[in-house]
Amino acid sequence: MSNTWGRYAILLAPLPLLLVLVYVLPFLGVAKWSFTDPEVGLGQYVRVFTDETVRSVVIRTARVCAIVTIASVTLAYAISYNWVFGPPGRQRLIEYCVLIPFWISVLIRAFGWLILLRNNGIINSALMDIGLISRPITMVRNEFGSIVGMTHFLVPFAVFPLASAMRQVDARVLQAASGLGAGRMRIFWTVTVPMTLPGIIGAALIVYVFAIGFFITPAILSGGRSVMVAEFIYLQLFQTVNWGLASALSVMLLVVVVLLGFVLHKVVRLDKLFG
Amino acid sequence: MAKQQLGTDKPGWMSAVIVYIAIIFLLMPLVAIVPVSFTAQRFLSMPEGEYSLRHYQALFTNPIWGQSIRLSLIIGVIASAISTFLAVLFGLGLWYVRNRFSIALAALVFLPMVMPPVVSAIIIYFFETSMVDVMPWIAFDTVGGVVLGHVVVATPFALVTFLVALSRVDKRIDMAARGLGASLWQSIFWVVLPNARFGIISAAFLAFILSWEEIAVTLFITSFNVVTLPRQMWNGMRDNIDPAIAAISVILISITVLAILTRDILRWRNAARARKAG
Repeated sequence: MSNTWGRYAILLAPLPLLLVLVYVLPFLGVAKWSFTDPEVGLGQYVRVFTDETVRSVVIRTARVCAIVTIASVTLAYAISYNWVFGPPGRQRLIEYCVLIPFWISVLIRAFGWLILLRNNGIINSALMDIGLISRPITMVRNEFGSIVGMTHFLVPFAVFPLASAMRQVDARVLQAASGLGAGRMRIFWTVTVPMTLPGIIGAALIVYVFAIGFFITPAILSGGRSVMVAEFIYLQLFQTVNWGLASALSVMLLVVVVLLGFVLHKVVRLDKLFG
Repeated sequence: MAKQQLGTDKPGWMSAVIVYIAIIFLLMPLVAIVPVSFTAQRFLSMPEGEYSLRHYQALFTNPIWGQSIRLSLIIGVIASAISTFLAVLFGLGLWYVRNRFSIALAALVFLPMVMPPVVSAIIIYFFETSMVDVMPWIAFDTVGGVVLGHVVVATPFALVTFLVALSRVDKRIDMAARGLGASLWQSIFWVVLPNARFGIISAAFLAFILSWEEIAVTLFITSFNVVTLPRQMWNGMRDNIDPAIAAISVILISITVLAILTRDILRWRNAARARKAG
């Protein structure tokens, strides 16, 4: 046994060793900041729950992420459903429309939305040109901008688990329901949706976890106005220079993600149980 | 056959409408950048009948763009090489040794992938600011520091890609090689890795792309000295939006679309050839 280990240690050791040095140990350092900066104690954690500003940031993050999750999963469900069961031409179109945005950088995608949604952007100009509105509607530098941009970024991430859940659905079950006289709506709501429920829950959890740690898109589309947790951490680190609060929030974010990951793990097991 | 006549188990018109709206939603921000990049104005605007290539020209004449593109390419190549090397070593180790210990190591290795980017960013920021006096070549706001940050973020993804390829390699070819007298290293270099070469290429490619467009961690670990392309775009997007960002975005989007189309054409041609041969 020890002989085997010696030979394979050269393969297995380098990467974990590097990560312990530059990731795990520094994480402990960050965690230490949260208990010692500016003074020793749980002060920063108390602040997370009592400070008015921090609390509003946390609540806004939870709310925006919930809206983004519902929007992304709904769009992704329609996309996956047509990707798996739709006619071949539509399947190919969907494949490109999911893959192309997926491979394009988060910066470019947020920038595209900025061009569309700004006060003198394409949408407002078009609406004013046709006389539907007289003054531009504010769609960036507020929550709306973040919600649109984040949903756009996260749809592909929800499509992949949903499409894989739908591919596992036996098409003959749907044909049987159809053969027994069920209409399209009835098949969809009583057969397709329940059979893909673990996929829906999985996709929703993945999107939510991604969304709460999200930073670039809200920073560009909300422009420092309706700040969410990740951007708040950045601001605390580089502008307010309150390292303790930044660390405490990072640790809390980590705890939430771990908890959601645990739930996800249970759901995947449930999936196997029922599959 | 009754199925085709009824067809009620297939998506109907309502889901088709929703899906076309979703498609417009997905493509709209990418398409919107194209006209703006041809504006003749100095500020971000629609062309209004007057088209110009001045912002594409600026990418070549204004040195900040050329410098940041070159820097991102260099960092991407180095980070991808290191990530791929680490991922291949660890992936092989995991392929040979599957026990509780190696699986625990794998869980550790995937941490940076499941962590929110902002948490990774603050961790690497902590590491690199404390290295300023100890190891200045990988400290805050240095090229080495950015390479290190990108390696940490990209390696788990490279590893997943390599592991998928490796799982398709038959373990018995390694046993056969070893049984015929090859050492562990001979078997790895002459038998296992050549069979997983596409996995290695994909892993390197993915690691390069992740480094090339990395911004979250980069924002935390750079300030003025090291300006990668995404960092330059970020700077130009904050207050007075530079239309050159639209020009570079259009170029990058075009490359992505061309790459995806080329891949599909190659795949389609190979499939056609295989059909002919069969």
